[in-house]
Amino acid sequence: MTRRVRLWILAVGGAGLAALLVAACLELPGFGGTSHPYGDRAVRASLARRTANTIASINFDQRAFDTLGEMSILFASVLGTVVLLRQTRDERRAKPEPAYVALPVRRYALIVLPVALLTGLYVIAHGQLSPGGGFQGGVVAATALHLLYLGADYRALERIRPVGLYEVGDALAASAYLVTGLAGLIGGAAFLANTLLPYGTFNTLSSGGTVPLLNAAIGMEVACAVVVLLARFLDQAVEIEQEGGT
Amino acid sequence: MSVLPYLVAVWIFLVGCYGIATSRNLIHAVGCLAVCQSATYVLLLAVGYRDGGTAPVFSDVKPGSRPVVDPVVQALALTDVVVGATVTALLLALVMQVSKRHGTVDPDELSELRG
Repeated sequence: MTRRVRLWILAVGGAGLAALLVAACLELPGFGGTSHPYGDRAVRASLARRTANTIASINFDQRAFDTLGEMSILFASVLGTVVLLRQTRDERRAKPEPAYVALPVRRYALIVLPVALLTGLYVIAHGQLSPGGGFQGGVVAATALHLLYLGADYRALERIRPVGLYEVGDALAASAYLVTGLAGLIGGAAFLANTLLPYGTFNTLSSGGTVPLLNAAIGMEVACAVVVLLARFLDQAVEIEQEGGT
Repeated sequence: MSVLPYLVAVWIFLVGCYGIATSRNLIHAVGCLAVCQSATYVLLLAVGYRDGGTAPVFSDVKPGSRPVVDPVVQALALTDVVVGATVTALLLALVMQVSKRHGTVDPDELSELRG
């Protein structure tokens, strides 16, 4: 099939799809309307469970089972990346060379690193109160560690980042989520039901029942997963070389 | 113009599809897939918007004092972002393997079979 034929087929298919989508959009409820039945009920349920951040309440209480699926997708994709990016038979591992880093870059990276790491942990810990949570804070904390790669070099990063430990942490956090869910069964309620712990005082760190626990498990899982993912890609870029080539 | 945000989502999706179909580099195609996916963020957030609404977080807003936007679609958008990031990571790992085995990332040159 030549490029021209392919473009024609794309144009016909795209025009058809565009017509259908526009027709569907015209039938949607108007933008900014007042009718949000699910949203109103979710807000009410979240306030009844004393969780200030409604989105955390939806993710880790009302739709906690869906978040389990989401976490499994993340876990499976990390597993897939680890398998795909392993060292093959015709490759060898070269020791990374020490690299020169400009002084201002080194200074600011090392100053920002602890601040960024603390910000990540703060965002995870306050997930049930303010915007943020395990997913967002986990990414911030994991990328904060990689400032060491910018500020020093790859060997310094490898010293504080034993990948095996983070792989274990990833699996532990995933099972912590499952165990918290199973604890609901032991308490006589449904899987992942938020009935086990007291709901606490509204707008404090310990409010929301199991929401902070699940939030922390997700935070650890995401942080470990991102570290493992980035480690695999960085290994390919820095360490692994083709046999007899670059 | 109460349908404009929805039409923006449609437009972003179609632009992403065009990019994937005409791509000459697999990394570029993965980027275009991310563009397609961002159309779903725009659609979800547009569906959940309420006029004059604020974020559905009650740590500094008194419950009931202001209208809030729909939190359900915001949680769905969060799920969407996470899945999008994992799919991108997996696809980029596949592209690296394709590049190593075939020495090219142009999808037009990958048509021949190889054992």
